[in-house]
Amino acid sequence: MTDYTTFEHDVLVIGAGGAGLRAAIEASAAGVKVGLICKSLLGKAHTVMAEGGMAAALANVDDRDNWKVHFSDTMRGGQYVNNWRMAELHAKEAPDRVRELEAWGAVFDRTKDGRILQRNFGGHRYPRLAHVGDRTGLELIRTLQDHGIHQGIDVHMEVTVISLLKDADRVVGCFAYEREHGRFRVFKAKAVILATGGVGRAYKITSNSWEGTGDGHALAYQAGAELIDMEFIQFHPTGMVWPPSVRGILVTEGVRGEGGILKNSEGKRFMFDDIPDNYKDQTAKDAEEGWRYTQGDKDAHRPPELLTRDHVARCINREVKAGRGSPHGGVFLDIAWIKEKLPNAAEHIKKKLPSMYHQFMQLANLDITTTPMEVGPTTHYIMGGIRVDADTQASTLPGLFAAGECASGINGANRLGGNSLSDLIVFGKRAGEYAAQFAKENGHGAIDDSQVERETRRALEPFDREGGDNPFNIQHDLQDMMQRLVGIVRTESEMAEALGELQKLNERPAHSSVTGNIDFNPGWHTALDLRNLLTVSEAITRSAIERKESRGGQFRDDFPNKDPEFAKFNVAVRQDAEGQMQISHEPIPEIPAELKQVIEEMG
Amino acid sequence: MKATFSIRRGGATGGDLVDYQTEVTEGMVVLDAVHQIQAESAPDLACRWNCKAGKCGSCSAEINGMPKLMCMTRLDTIDITKPVSIEPMRAFPPLKDLISDVKWNYEVKKRIKKFNPRSPDAEDGTWRMQQSDIDRVQEFRKCIECYLCQDVCHVLRDHAKHEEFIGPRFLVYTAALEMHPLDTENRTEELKDAFGIGYCNITKCCTKVCPENITITDNAIIPLKERVVDEHYDPLKKLVKLFRRK
Repeated sequence: MTDYTTFEHDVLVIGAGGAGLRAAIEASAAGVKVGLICKSLLGKAHTVMAEGGMAAALANVDDRDNWKVHFSDTMRGGQYVNNWRMAELHAKEAPDRVRELEAWGAVFDRTKDGRILQRNFGGHRYPRLAHVGDRTGLELIRTLQDHGIHQGIDVHMEVTVISLLKDADRVVGCFAYEREHGRFRVFKAKAVILATGGVGRAYKITSNSWEGTGDGHALAYQAGAELIDMEFIQFHPTGMVWPPSVRGILVTEGVRGEGGILKNSEGKRFMFDDIPDNYKDQTAKDAEEGWRYTQGDKDAHRPPELLTRDHVARCINREVKAGRGSPHGGVFLDIAWIKEKLPNAAEHIKKKLPSMYHQFMQLANLDITTTPMEVGPTTHYIMGGIRVDADTQASTLPGLFAAGECASGINGANRLGGNSLSDLIVFGKRAGEYAAQFAKENGHGAIDDSQVERETRRALEPFDREGGDNPFNIQHDLQDMMQRLVGIVRTESEMAEALGELQKLNERPAHSSVTGNIDFNPGWHTALDLRNLLTVSEAITRSAIERKESRGGQFRDDFPNKDPEFAKFNVAVRQDAEGQMQISHEPIPEIPAELKQVIEEMG
Repeated sequence: MKATFSIRRGGATGGDLVDYQTEVTEGMVVLDAVHQIQAESAPDLACRWNCKAGKCGSCSAEINGMPKLMCMTRLDTIDITKPVSIEPMRAFPPLKDLISDVKWNYEVKKRIKKFNPRSPDAEDGTWRMQQSDIDRVQEFRKCIECYLCQDVCHVLRDHAKHEEFIGPRFLVYTAALEMHPLDTENRTEELKDAFGIGYCNITKCCTKVCPENITITDNAIIPLKERVVDEHYDPLKKLVKLFRRK
């Protein structure tokens, strides 16, 4: 018999970033008993890394903005394979969710008339991002955390979930371990919300922390839920490239929003060379117009540096491959040049981008107020994830909900910067609300002891083996492989090779072994996370093979163009009865006439 | 070039410094060295980390005795010709290797009265605040809760007054609430008694170690001390209060 402690909650939220915290707050406000599982300590989730801001059509800075413009910007950025209902709800509800944060103590930067200030960002037509300097994610998580701790939520810190527990088709809880002493825990819940974030650790160069191992994606998949859009990975155009140890750490898009420009080794501002047709009307004609846009001129169009992230990342990739890169394999991002335009430019940069200044000063010994930064693409975000109902965030399994990055739909083929933080609060709230409702309508299910036994055995196996592979090595090999074969530019032959490699890697965790005792043992934790990383890597690769076109976060060298046929469906993956990954096409429902009209009107 | 790192290994009841050698390359930080050692020779070496960019405040440790974030401490800023010692924060109970038990901090925060805003200024339920009125609060809200200020504070570190004193982190937190232009609560009574602000004798060690460069003592603690004095020790105000009560 497995030795474990049982906890009972009405709603169990797995993940304590922005989405998980917002869901937990909403569920507890609905009067049910809520448990919140954090993989790390409370308040350390990856949300703290979000820099630029949260998109909401508050129209504080430009009164031409409204939900319709935000909606059409989001659909355009996602290349029209988004779940249009999610994009609609998001655009309509984000302003209320942002204002609510202020009522809970968030302190956003202000306009001259004392309202919430908004800044420009890629793909957003008007200044739309509510922000706090370049540390908006920290403000979001701290506001939710400080509000949430007074709500009676039971917080389980440093607990990792190994698998979801089911009673027939329904998800009724999960099996987990706490890191401190490696003790097992069973959580019984009437409804479970996954809010586990992303999968960046499947790649070598990533802005994600160690936690981003696709846990929610994999837990849902292994329990039988459907994932969609897994081929759409966002490579953020600007990650640090030097020194080697910080490669991949994010450099906020806010640098470009404040006037930063991209240049190659020849000193050329290359982004003007390649502007996609559907953005031609919205892009500045020359450098002067671009600068005016960043300074709030309402008649100017955005500079090409603020085109969507997928496009900017590919342009940088092209410059580097053509031999016009910077010394350490990136390109130059220059904000220092604005001293030609502004008096006190150095002070202005430090005020607007304090943590970027700090980050480069401390980690790269470089002063961004005088010297251009070296930047290159970094794995940042996955648009794909658990397929959910737009209104309720219910997955395809009863009792299981999902919100935030691990859920899918709102972003389509490419996410606009700033739409993530707003996604977290809009759909975190909805997940909490509907999970609480589900919990009120349903009792606890039964826990299957044999499933618990099985999972315990699997979890402890690495301790019983001797001389097996070091789990850190397996993880490194997986990251190298995914970076090389399923990265920014993809081809069928390389991805077929990736599937072969994945099969080999899949066998290695079964032979991995860990040393030391079970107390806070990172080797063991890494061994257990591997299964999730391998599952999402396979889903990414198979989905990317299936989509034989280029769209947003998926760029195929062998199919470099968009194909209208592929605009009609999302690629879905699901586990079949034999445990094999099955691919299918989920037709995208017809967009209602009134939303279609919005898109047409907004141009 | 190789460097030697003396890392505290052991559980809650005791531990020793164990030497590890690893290759040092350009631009490396202490956390990189710890990760390298984990991958090469000590996969069970426990340490906390998340963002690796100084934004989450997870990897706090004492490097050559100095409280620092491992992810922001470049090896070219310390002497690596001698063994570099890495130990957990000492103001909290040790758990394993580089990890200490910081749960106390989470309990302390719960005891501080939450934000309670005045009614909205505008009909749409929003407020108006000038940037100049929130600059100070935004400084405090930069805090990443690494607890290095708690670690270095002698009231907690040397005198273990965890029951009577909330420490610099939570004085900054209280200051952020007290100086928030919208907040209507008053927390000076608690500051004086339950939060033990009087224990702080302004040695400014906390300000020195803050990785976010928050001016903890001058901008947060001293103004709070002044509020406490104004409300509870000012003879004139005391007199006024006395009459008000009647």
